[in-house]
Amino acid sequence: MAQRILLNILQVLTVMAFAPLVRGVLNRLKERILSQRGPSIFQPYLDIWKLFHKDEVVSEHSSWIFRVTPYIVFVTPIFVTMLIPVLTSYPLFLAFMADMLGGGFILALGGFFTALAAIDTVNPYGPMGASRTRMVGFLAEPVFMIVFFTVSFVAGSTIPYIVQQHWVTPMANFFQPAHVLVMLSFLMLIIAETGSIPVDSPSGHFELAMVDESKVLEYSGRGAALMKWGSSMKSFVLFCIFLNVLVSPWGLASGQTISDALLAVPLILLKIMGLVLALVVIESSLAKLRLFRIPEFLGAAFVTSVAAVITKLMEI
Amino acid sequence: MLTTNSTILVLTALNALAGGFFLLTAFALIASRQSLACLKAFIIQSLLLAMSALLLGYQNASVSLLIVGGITIVSKVVLIPWLFLGTLAHELRTRREITQVFSITISLLISLVLVIFAYFIAVTLLGASPKQEATINLPIGLAGLFLGAYAITVRREAVPQVIGILAMENGAFFAGISIAPDFPLIAELAVAFDVLLIARIMGVLTMKVHQHTGTTAVGEMAVLREE
Repeated sequence: MAQRILLNILQVLTVMAFAPLVRGVLNRLKERILSQRGPSIFQPYLDIWKLFHKDEVVSEHSSWIFRVTPYIVFVTPIFVTMLIPVLTSYPLFLAFMADMLGGGFILALGGFFTALAAIDTVNPYGPMGASRTRMVGFLAEPVFMIVFFTVSFVAGSTIPYIVQQHWVTPMANFFQPAHVLVMLSFLMLIIAETGSIPVDSPSGHFELAMVDESKVLEYSGRGAALMKWGSSMKSFVLFCIFLNVLVSPWGLASGQTISDALLAVPLILLKIMGLVLALVVIESSLAKLRLFRIPEFLGAAFVTSVAAVITKLMEI
Repeated sequence: MLTTNSTILVLTALNALAGGFFLLTAFALIASRQSLACLKAFIIQSLLLAMSALLLGYQNASVSLLIVGGITIVSKVVLIPWLFLGTLAHELRTRREITQVFSITISLLISLVLVIFAYFIAVTLLGASPKQEATINLPIGLAGLFLGAYAITVRREAVPQVIGILAMENGAFFAGISIAPDFPLIAELAVAFDVLLIARIMGVLTMKVHQHTGTTAVGEMAVLREE
């Protein structure tokens, strides 16, 4: 019993500790490709540290939503971490609580409250960013649903631990068209959800062009630190779902001991670095889409995911 | 026996993978905004067709399919792009957006309906002759055929329309190699030669249209004009 709780804590700690590192490596690599030096890969840790030691200013016209949101954004990825395979290939103590759809909804709750908080302060840029994110969000939602329906239809389950086993037993399952198409559309979904370049430019400092960043402009001090940390954990969790459930279900601990799980930590980091490299290549080789072209991007993702369902459905 | 069985499994899996990407390139033909992107999607599609033909040829020990794969690579991956880049270099390299009847989002949704339609037809067809490879190749090939036809219908420019015709032909081949692996070689050679001729003639025609009217937006040339 104590062992299982320890494993769960280890899993959560891994996500909390390494999520800013992934963000740092991503930023550094992007700058390197532009042949600039870029900030240190530990810069996100320093930012969060600095923000925790600063005073927080909250507008007196804002309601409780504005004050509660950083905690919700921080906590929701941690909840999802307990449901998905991050380190182990067998379900952990609390994994029975929800399936992948449940995890997706918990993540969406954080996004919902961020949008509300952005509208709550009457900062002119917040509501604009919030409505844009909602636009991307409601276009991404059908893709998200169809991807999960396809995955559960192909694998016969919505529990991520069963799904990841399905792709590699037998190996031929890995190459079936439905799987490849689902992987592609989920990758496009991750790009849209984490605000990477074809949809949103995370390093842009021009408020009128922001999609994702302008919602957190009003936060300072501890609130800003929690928002930063929470959003990097959210992308870490999405990467984990993508890699461990869909793309590469190898390298997870199958033993019950702590040392097995510790051994899986560098492996998952290695896999995530591979994905980060791919994302950096995508981000540096594409231009940001105009806002009204985003429906095309997500439409392509939708078509890809529906094609995945059809290829599976009509397989006789 | 066990090794041959697992080899066949691997070959089928690779063929299915080629099929999945074939479908994606067919969507890319609909979704791309520029002529050069269309041509690139077509080249990749032809490469996947050749890959599927080679895999099926190896699996069925059919020499003619292997030759089809070779012909596809030579004619569609090398010669046709070369011909196009020769005669239509200016048209292909202009960074102009292709005008089309519907917006790309609507086009994608319509093409999705077409793919579902292709699968429904394929299911009834497969009832007549159930064959392992045909379950993947026949519906995806039909879908490629429909999407090529759709590209011809909605695009208002000559070059993407020509590429649409060639993509239709790709789709027909993709379906054909699975249901008739012992298709007479002479017919395939004739088709390969035909396609080359089509590409050449259409390229010259498009060039002439461009010389005559200064544009290749054929969608706007529906009305006769008195000199």
